[in-house]
Amino acid sequence: MNTAADGLHMLDLMYRIRFFEQRAKELYREGLVYGALHLYLGEEAVAVGVCTALRKDDYLTSTHRGHGHCIAKGGDLGRMMAELFGRETGYSRGRGGSMHLFAPEIGLLGGNGIVGAGIPIATGAAYAVKYRGGDQVVVCFFGDGAANQGTFHESANMAALWKLPLIFLCENNHYAATTRVSEALCVPDVAMRAAGYGMPGEAVDGNDVMAVHEAALRAVARARTGDGPSLIECKTFRYEGHCMVLHDHRFRPPGEEESWRYRDPIDCFEKRLLDAGQATPEQLEDMKQKAHDALAAAEAFARESPFPDPAAFQAEHPRGNWQCVR
Amino acid sequence: MREITYTVALREALDEEMGRDPTVFQIGEDIGRFGGVWLIQKGQYERFGEMRLRGTPVSESGFVGLAVGAAIAGLRPVVEIMYIDFITTAMDQVINQAAKLGLMSGGAVKVPLVIRGEQGSGSREAAQHSQSLEAWFVHAPGFKVVIPSTPYDAKGLLKSAIRDDEPVMFLEHRFLYGTKGEVPQDEYLVPIGKGIVRREGSDITVVSTSWFLQRVLAAATELAAEGIEAEVVDPRTLMPLDLDLIAASVRKTGRLLVVQEATVVASMGAEIVRQVVEHAFDAIDAPPRVLGGAHVPMPYSPPLEDVCLTQKDDIAAAIRQMVRYKRKRAARRVSHRARGRSS
Repeated sequence: MNTAADGLHMLDLMYRIRFFEQRAKELYREGLVYGALHLYLGEEAVAVGVCTALRKDDYLTSTHRGHGHCIAKGGDLGRMMAELFGRETGYSRGRGGSMHLFAPEIGLLGGNGIVGAGIPIATGAAYAVKYRGGDQVVVCFFGDGAANQGTFHESANMAALWKLPLIFLCENNHYAATTRVSEALCVPDVAMRAAGYGMPGEAVDGNDVMAVHEAALRAVARARTGDGPSLIECKTFRYEGHCMVLHDHRFRPPGEEESWRYRDPIDCFEKRLLDAGQATPEQLEDMKQKAHDALAAAEAFARESPFPDPAAFQAEHPRGNWQCVR
Repeated sequence: MREITYTVALREALDEEMGRDPTVFQIGEDIGRFGGVWLIQKGQYERFGEMRLRGTPVSESGFVGLAVGAAIAGLRPVVEIMYIDFITTAMDQVINQAAKLGLMSGGAVKVPLVIRGEQGSGSREAAQHSQSLEAWFVHAPGFKVVIPSTPYDAKGLLKSAIRDDEPVMFLEHRFLYGTKGEVPQDEYLVPIGKGIVRREGSDITVVSTSWFLQRVLAAATELAAEGIEAEVVDPRTLMPLDLDLIAASVRKTGRLLVVQEATVVASMGAEIVRQVVEHAFDAIDAPPRVLGGAHVPMPYSPPLEDVCLTQKDDIAAAIRQMVRYKRKRAARRVSHRARGRSS
């Protein structure tokens, strides 16, 4: 972070993610958002710390829990909300929903409903960059659960072997659905696995947006200059359940969530900016209000947007074998 | 016209398309310096270099996924799966990613990807190297599925597949690689979705593809000496299927037999019969049949493998039986109606 403005921008993005997720949860309960809905509440510092280290033309692959990535990379709140609402104006024209936000114009190559599936896809985008002789970098977001998928290991090997401009960005939120990371990972840190593939790996405090940002800057510099991939593990925590239809904290240890909320990424960063004299309480209130206003406009856009036209969809897919449907 | 092998035809298609379009590259096991275990890429590494002839670790899920990502990011990858059986380790990337991302993104991304693989049985390699999986890829929406049986089609269809903006599954056969056929020097394309009549006849329509097409043609030649003229139709593409061509032939012959290497249950043959029954029921004079592999994991020992596969004589016997068939049910229906009137 070079300036106070950079810090405020980061905080603004974190507000926008948090408010978006809080509102999405309410709208889900109202029946306006469908499916499962995986919320990013508590993990905001990861997406923001990473994406503010990227250029607009850098690529990223996202996950099933991808709203934060899209907002941090510069996504439009209205098109995001419209996608959650299943509307034609959404990022994926209502074909994908919450888990499948595609916005190639900001480098977002899609969320993914399959844990670990985005990792080789990101590896392919990095291959394409190297193939064209470009200097973009690719960030592959994945969770602690995906670190145990074969795709992670296959991709890490290939990316390191061919020195691809890729950053493996593990968001360790401590749970894969309901399974604690300690019950699923044979080593204390996902970052340790980098050694097996001859690339740098570091574990950072994923609730500290500046720690994430600085680690991302190091990895981006390495990738952009042709030195190959890096693995960053951000230790963070999701306050919510896996998704709206799997929301059960019975098996979480008592006090765990409270201890993470004590280190809430937004609270901590607000305090840091205020203590450093880089922001005033009034500025923060103003930013929050503007974020709420932007979100209200996004929601209004989504509400007013039309659903996709089934007949147009059928016409778009002439091999749809529609005569067998009815 | 000159004759070249199916292997050389594939190589020429890849050479021409890579020469024409710098975004086309190949990726797969052993396809780099070695030139591929089926030798299709022989000489290409020297011409195109390692970024465009990317030999990989044994990581099908990883490199199929890499190809999906590269396709989304603007390249046109051609993946080689050494044996189609190995694609099972990459099925998430094939079915959940390559096939779906174009639609799921609302068209924001496209996946111009070709996955080539050889399939089939008969080489005594047992159950994990002897499958014909075309129905899997036809069943899952999102792929075009191409299955060329001649060098001419192999070249023309592969060039079309590479130029297609949708993912294409391109299924070859190891016993076809060495077969020769006429292929023009000049550039041509074979369109995806168009079948061809390989042999004209009036007594029965036999639909077949790939290596088994040769068995069908051999059986048809034998039967011609007995006065039975089989019309042999090669759809060449299974998705989309040239139903018009098949149905037109059945309207002419009144009989439909599908002969395939794959197991029959829930197969492409079963699907072709369903479509013909739905679209040309009135033209059918005998119960349609599908001949294909036994519903068992393929055994290794030669007599066991052979008993699992339809042989030329089995095809000829089925055709004879079907051609002799005389419809009885229609006659019964008439007499029933006649009885009703008299009472």
